[in-house]
Amino acid sequence: MLVKMWINGEAIRDHIDPDMLLLDFVRRHGCASVKRGCETSNCGLCTVMLEGKPILSCSMLAARAEGMHVMTLEGIQEEAREFGSFMAGQGADQCGFCNPGFIMNVLAMIRELTDPTEEEIKEYLEGNLCRCSGFVSQLRSIMEYLKYKKGEQDGSGK
Amino acid sequence: MDRVNENLNTVNQPIYKKDAMALVTGQPVYTDDIAPSECLIVKVLRSPHAHALIHTISTEAAKKVPGIACILTYEDVPHKRFTMAGQTYPEPSPYDRYILDRRLRFVGDAVAIVAGKNEKAVDKALKKIKVTYEVLEPVLDFHKSKDNPILVHPEEDWVALCDVGADNKRNLCCQGTEGSGDLDAVMAECEYVVEGTYHTKACQQAMMETFRTYTEMDAYGRLKVTSSTQIPFHVRRILSTALDIPKSRIRVCKPRIGGGFGAKQSVVTEVFPAIVTLKTGKPAKMIYTRYESQICSSPRHEMEVTVRVGADKNGIIQAIDMYTLSNAGAYGEHAPTTITLTSCKSIPLYGKARAYRFTYEAVYTNTMGAGAYRGYGATQGIFAVESAVNELAVKMNMDPVRLREINMVQEGQVMPAYYGEICGSCALDRCMAKAREMMDWDAKYPARDMGNGKVRAVGVAMAMQGSSISNVDVASATIKLNDNGFYSLSIGASDMGTGCDTILAQMAAEELRCPVEEIAVHGVDTDISPYDSGSYASSTTYLTGRAVVKACRELKEKIDQYSREHPGLTLKEIGNECMCNNNIALEVTATNSSPVSPPPFMVGMAEVEVDTETGSVEVLDFVGVVDCGTPINPNLARVQAEGGIVQGIGMALYENIQFNGKGQMLNNSFMQYKIPSRQDIGKIRVEFESSYEPQGPFGAKSIGEIVINTSSPAIAHAIYNATGKRFHELPITPEKIVMGE
Amino acid sequence: MITIKKYLKAESLEQAYELNQKKNNRIIAGMLWVKMGSNTIQTAIDLSDVVSASVSEHPDAFIIGAMTSLRTLETHKGLHEYTQGAMKESLRHIVGVQFRNMATVGGSIHGRYGFSDVLTMFLAMDSYVELYKEGIIPLEEYANRKRSKDIIINIIVKKEDLRMAYLSQRNTQTDFPTLACAVSFGKKGKRVVIGARPQKAMIIEAEESALEIPESQKDKLADVLSGQVEAQVITGSNMRASAEYRRHLARVLTRRACLQILEGGAEKSC
Repeated sequence: MLVKMWINGEAIRDHIDPDMLLLDFVRRHGCASVKRGCETSNCGLCTVMLEGKPILSCSMLAARAEGMHVMTLEGIQEEAREFGSFMAGQGADQCGFCNPGFIMNVLAMIRELTDPTEEEIKEYLEGNLCRCSGFVSQLRSIMEYLKYKKGEQDGSGK
Repeated sequence: MDRVNENLNTVNQPIYKKDAMALVTGQPVYTDDIAPSECLIVKVLRSPHAHALIHTISTEAAKKVPGIACILTYEDVPHKRFTMAGQTYPEPSPYDRYILDRRLRFVGDAVAIVAGKNEKAVDKALKKIKVTYEVLEPVLDFHKSKDNPILVHPEEDWVALCDVGADNKRNLCCQGTEGSGDLDAVMAECEYVVEGTYHTKACQQAMMETFRTYTEMDAYGRLKVTSSTQIPFHVRRILSTALDIPKSRIRVCKPRIGGGFGAKQSVVTEVFPAIVTLKTGKPAKMIYTRYESQICSSPRHEMEVTVRVGADKNGIIQAIDMYTLSNAGAYGEHAPTTITLTSCKSIPLYGKARAYRFTYEAVYTNTMGAGAYRGYGATQGIFAVESAVNELAVKMNMDPVRLREINMVQEGQVMPAYYGEICGSCALDRCMAKAREMMDWDAKYPARDMGNGKVRAVGVAMAMQGSSISNVDVASATIKLNDNGFYSLSIGASDMGTGCDTILAQMAAEELRCPVEEIAVHGVDTDISPYDSGSYASSTTYLTGRAVVKACRELKEKIDQYSREHPGLTLKEIGNECMCNNNIALEVTATNSSPVSPPPFMVGMAEVEVDTETGSVEVLDFVGVVDCGTPINPNLARVQAEGGIVQGIGMALYENIQFNGKGQMLNNSFMQYKIPSRQDIGKIRVEFESSYEPQGPFGAKSIGEIVINTSSPAIAHAIYNATGKRFHELPITPEKIVMGE
Repeated sequence: MITIKKYLKAESLEQAYELNQKKNNRIIAGMLWVKMGSNTIQTAIDLSDVVSASVSEHPDAFIIGAMTSLRTLETHKGLHEYTQGAMKESLRHIVGVQFRNMATVGGSIHGRYGFSDVLTMFLAMDSYVELYKEGIIPLEEYANRKRSKDIIINIIVKKEDLRMAYLSQRNTQTDFPTLACAVSFGKKGKRVVIGARPQKAMIIEAEESALEIPESQKDKLADVLSGQVEAQVITGSNMRASAEYRRHLARVLTRRACLQILEGGAEKSC
């Protein structure tokens, strides 16, 4: 069947099998950052934004995204680099395999929550597993990043 | 800290990982990202039975599915037994498998290989293979395996290359006994003796990137294997044996790896696409599902460790007696070596003991074969010994911290249970003091009632590991000077996300007195990289690090020689001019083995809150103080420790591998095998109390494995202090706390 | 992985209903459970365009479109206030935000999953299922029926003077519950719903002896009610826990939820 959608702002038309998953579709179209870590919707590695909301691309039919906007890490490289440098600053990147899905959800969180507390951050990101870091360096990266963004905002307000 | 920070510019600095920005921006750097799109998809038909013989197998209908390129059964593979364990030859693990065998030894064992153009075709073909099984009774309980009439490996061509006491006609993968001193006599003199049997499960490493490999024939007619592996050079040798082709026809490359933790110290996927590519000439890839990663991979060995600890009236531990029973599962990868670590990396923590005895047996069963997982037996042994020592403290009415302070190993002591090595560097005393202070142990021990059925309590454990396998492991590094004066560093050790490419570059930069950016690192390609046993046994920082230092020092000498012949040149000029009319190679390969394996040490303290009505345990705070010698990169060392502690928390509280009566694993997904999420984790605080290891590069020892070892005994201890219940089996679930022991 | 031969975004409820009568056709909601099967679906029927995905609050009821995501329920202010935080508490452990952005209330209710927090939560309220053909029926009745081929359009929660609390026990924070417990004090009486027994949630109505106790005697009321639950609840064993432990938990959680209500409801609980 034919589907049309936007991936990172680019209009894509492609013929697919009806059961193709969005994960495989975006990987086919150059978004290798999107990873598969499980088959049971538990790991968060395949997180993308669909119409601005974080979802699991492993559990979404590509056909269902017809006419919608999909965003992957490839589409927000500048933000990825900016936040990613805070992860690198902690050594939190580690093996990196969970990073794209994690960063997508962090960026989704920042769009959705204002001034989140540590508890709110943990809750928002609970669906993103990481086996290397033990999560604490990721949290440090986020706290530092939020502080930096706040400083940036306050600075520009003056 | 002794001798640390002495004029160090890049070592001991929190430098960003060299690949960090590629990883955080999601660049296509992993195996499946770079596999050619025309790869055949390779999948394996898996045994539904724990023990069976293939009576008949028909692939005719399956072969007719459009797009199918190749279907292989046990009749199509070389009949040469091999082991998938990534170990130095001759491997201690028995040669007990074919790529495909007529006998199926666990639920999930490989029955047939199917390769085709796409996943749908392969899935369809898998369903069309007709197999009739002669179903045999399995041996599932590892207590009942030794000398059971049911044999897991009755085959005549089964062979153990090393003398590890293995006997396939008794289901024994290895057995032995060792010791020093007159254990029975010393134990008899002891005022206090405690004894217990501790059971740990077959936890999964659960790295986020499952096992995966792609293979292709290169322009020279050689098999090129790209794999997510910790052991590229061993993969080459193992494939050569398994496929029965010369080693010279195989090249193995390692891209970025999405985590390993020992899982990828076994050859799990490599043989399947490799044989498909050999048979078809076409590129092929195998990407394990999470289901496969759970049910047919290389998890921790389930073990039962019985330990008896005796102390004199002053609390000085005099004797330790240990018996370990290990469940090898269906295949013997890493069974003979993990088991010996249960004693040699726990007993030496107690430096004053006059006698020890260690008896061990690893047995085959019809369950998934085990492998290497961070800690490698030490984790299981330390859970037993540290739990026993905590019980001893109760029996003696002594603070368990105090009991350890008067017993812990010190620098200069001989460690009879640790190959008779002398402890060359040890800051365990400072680790304990620091942890005690950080946890406010004296105020918090043992417990506080918080009301509403909630009790807070603390627990403690010590740990050690090694740094490389002494007199076995080989590490090498090649460093060369390039134009404009930058260097390239080639290593054979696998960076699996831990950051070894970066820390080795830091060491090179330190030796060569240049910025770390001037060191370009190349990962592993067996055709190009210098030989390295691989990234396991906590060897990279210590062993490969020393190889890097050696190579850099030799290169400096060569550069000096060049300078003497061409005086007055800057390094940049040397780099450029050496490319014209030059007979001095400004390139050095150095190789390093170590006669010793200096142990890192650690103290872990847990503070938990137990809800005594529901049994819920919340780990509020975990303090880990580590002596890894000089931390080469404090950030990366810290994250290693944090990550290891959290994996240990999972093992302690909920990671559970359960089988039903038919030998089918119930925890076959991340839905049913729960690893810690960030919601399950409280505070994790890590500090370093560094000794200076004279054998290590810049005083460094290892960090990767030790950090998983204190979590379970410290948490079990804290739960005991909260509830008065002593748990001998992991994981300690809420139900056990309310209903159990 | 499931195989889907044809995907169709329904243009009308009638079309969706007609298609859904065929044996191998299937409605896909959040698709999270469906995708884990290995069966073949002839036509996957997507209701996105014909069933609402939003919550509308009315003076006497909440009307919740069956395609409403769990995340929408979790963050809905009206439901949060009406349930004194229980709605969020019942949902926040379910895997993660991304998952809850996809999973739908209709899918959860239709599935009648044993582990379902959603069913447990809604059974504790005065809830109804609005089916395309059959119309509105009580949720309790729907939950006890076999799965039918009718289509859920809305979940309706009738407002009353409700006080409630939701608690669950899990081996890890994002695991399925070992046991789930919703307690509500409403106009019809006092009701306890125990889910993840591990079978489908069961309702236990407070007996006379509990109803007679004045609410000022908090501990006594909590003890008697939780005792009734412990006596009546039917539990089973699976890989997560035994029947005996679950029975124990049913009492502990009921008692705590009861006290939470009587003490004015804590928004956050264990």
